[in-house]
Amino acid sequence: MHSLTRWQRPELSTWPGFGRLTDLRDEIDRLFESPLAELTRTSHLLSGWTPVLDLYEDKDNLFVKVELPGMKREEIDVSLHEGSLSISGERKSEQKHQDAEVYRAERFFGRFQRTVMLPTPVAADKVKAQYKDGILTIALPKTEEAKPKHIDVNVS
Amino acid sequence: MKGTVQTEPHPATDGRAGREYVSPEVNISETKDGYLLEAEMPGVNKEGLEITLEGNEITIVGHRENEVVKGVPLFRERTLADYRRVFELDPAIDTARIAAKMDQGVLSLTLPKSERVKPRKITVD
Repeated sequence: MHSLTRWQRPELSTWPGFGRLTDLRDEIDRLFESPLAELTRTSHLLSGWTPVLDLYEDKDNLFVKVELPGMKREEIDVSLHEGSLSISGERKSEQKHQDAEVYRAERFFGRFQRTVMLPTPVAADKVKAQYKDGILTIALPKTEEAKPKHIDVNVS
Repeated sequence: MKGTVQTEPHPATDGRAGREYVSPEVNISETKDGYLLEAEMPGVNKEGLEITLEGNEITIVGHRENEVVKGVPLFRERTLADYRRVFELDPAIDTARIAAKMDQGVLSLTLPKSERVKPRKITVD
């Protein structure tokens, strides 16, 4: 009943750890890691950062949860346009030491965008977003018309 | 240089006590003063963090806060498993001074080197 589309900006060139990942040591380490973890990391290399997202529904609301660890509130942008919800932003790398030697660079820095087609109309003015422990939670109340109606059946 | 912070061979899932874990993604860098390890563990706060030192191994476990999810899932990509990853420590690390900080689902672990192994300048009289 619902349609969801992923949209992502291909950003291969901004991957920060690309050079380091080809290190022999890393290659050997990576051989022992699980195929699943490997797949996730490889997909980062190919497509940039695609934060994972959940969509839930109850009688009155839709809920969207997105994992965006290590961001600042003001770096996250949420917008609603004609029934599609967009979450975008940029995670900036905080390079604290210029002379640091990097051993592992698995975290992704840079821009991301996720767009979700909402399955029901929502009241745009009542949407609330909260960011806690690296998880963005968006509550989208359904419009009155979209809520399920209960019709009493009178038996005479 | 030998003895960097290394990962154990099977960090992604661990069947210990029947629990499934996911391996957090990390960045590790080294300066002359020590190492900085950052691990992504969205859904984990200070209370859910468990860091244990045993011999030359450091184990990071992150328990997710029990999320109350209202409604039925229409679409799910997130995993709700806890996080776990083990690293072997460089013997140069002063384990008594390891410090941890948790901010918006990212753990920052500072692992300073002990004073005696830091490069020193020796003045010639």
